[in-house]
Amino acid sequence: MSLFPVGLYHFLILAAVLFVLGLFTMLTRKNAIAVLMGIELILNAANINFVAFTRYGGVNLGGQMTAIFVIVMAACEAAVALAIVLNLYRRSQTVSVVDANKLRD
Amino acid sequence: MPTLFDIFFYLFAATIVVSAVLVCFSHNIVHAAFSLLFTFMAVAGVYVLLGADFLAVSQILIYVGGILVLLVFGVMLTNRVTNIDIRAAVRARIPAFVLCSGLLTVLILLLTTGHWISYKDQPWTNTPWNKNAVEQALAPDQGTEQEKHDKSGSHGTAPEIGKLMLTDYLLPFELVSVVLLVALLGAASIARQDPVPAKQEGGA
Repeated sequence: MSLFPVGLYHFLILAAVLFVLGLFTMLTRKNAIAVLMGIELILNAANINFVAFTRYGGVNLGGQMTAIFVIVMAACEAAVALAIVLNLYRRSQTVSVVDANKLRD
Repeated sequence: MPTLFDIFFYLFAATIVVSAVLVCFSHNIVHAAFSLLFTFMAVAGVYVLLGADFLAVSQILIYVGGILVLLVFGVMLTNRVTNIDIRAAVRARIPAFVLCSGLLTVLILLLTTGHWISYKDQPWTNTPWNKNAVEQALAPDQGTEQEKHDKSGSHGTAPEIGKLMLTDYLLPFELVSVVLLVALLGAASIARQDPVPAKQEGGA
């Protein structure tokens, strides 16, 4: 395990670090939009793994295809989650996940 | 001796880690959103290094041009809270820190001690840094223009992905298109200004 030349390990470790940072963001943020940013970091980490395995893992373009679908699903998720956050803000004037504790008015 | 590939990898890796740390620890959500821009851009750079040109462009178009704009939009629309410290209480951060550092340690140990079989480069990952591709492109070879073009390895992954999208991955492709439509309608309906009262829905 050396710094050079860069191989599969380096990409996997980069993705692991990005995943952990995303998880930490998700766990420690009160703002719902910041939690969403953590989710995006985690999805990016997963995508780096998929693409790295396409290059080094001998899975013909399958990894890249999966990564494309992950990106599309991330776009869907961001749209729906932001709609929910905006609705929450309009109803209760807060975007804090700690204060959002009502199931109905 | 580090090659250009290595130098660019560490450049992008440093950008990703530093900007992700800023997303993680900045006190102001607007700063976090702008750090996210650099993370997404550097991830696109990593895709380029891995020979995924189409994916890199998709990353910039969808993540930077779509998701990040949506996030910044959300931040601006809920702007009464931008000045408030968005971090959780210290007593909530300590278990999260312990969990995350433990997970990172386990993952790195797993990755460095495990034995990963690294296959030879795929033909479509012939980047300009790949010596074979450069040699092939420079070599004067016979054959038609099309053959030369195919051999040069400079046509990227887009044709392959296009073929796969309409053959092997046709079902996921169609499913994803339906999910995208449903998510769009769902988001529009949730974010609508005046929710329809329940009795009107029942009457119709």
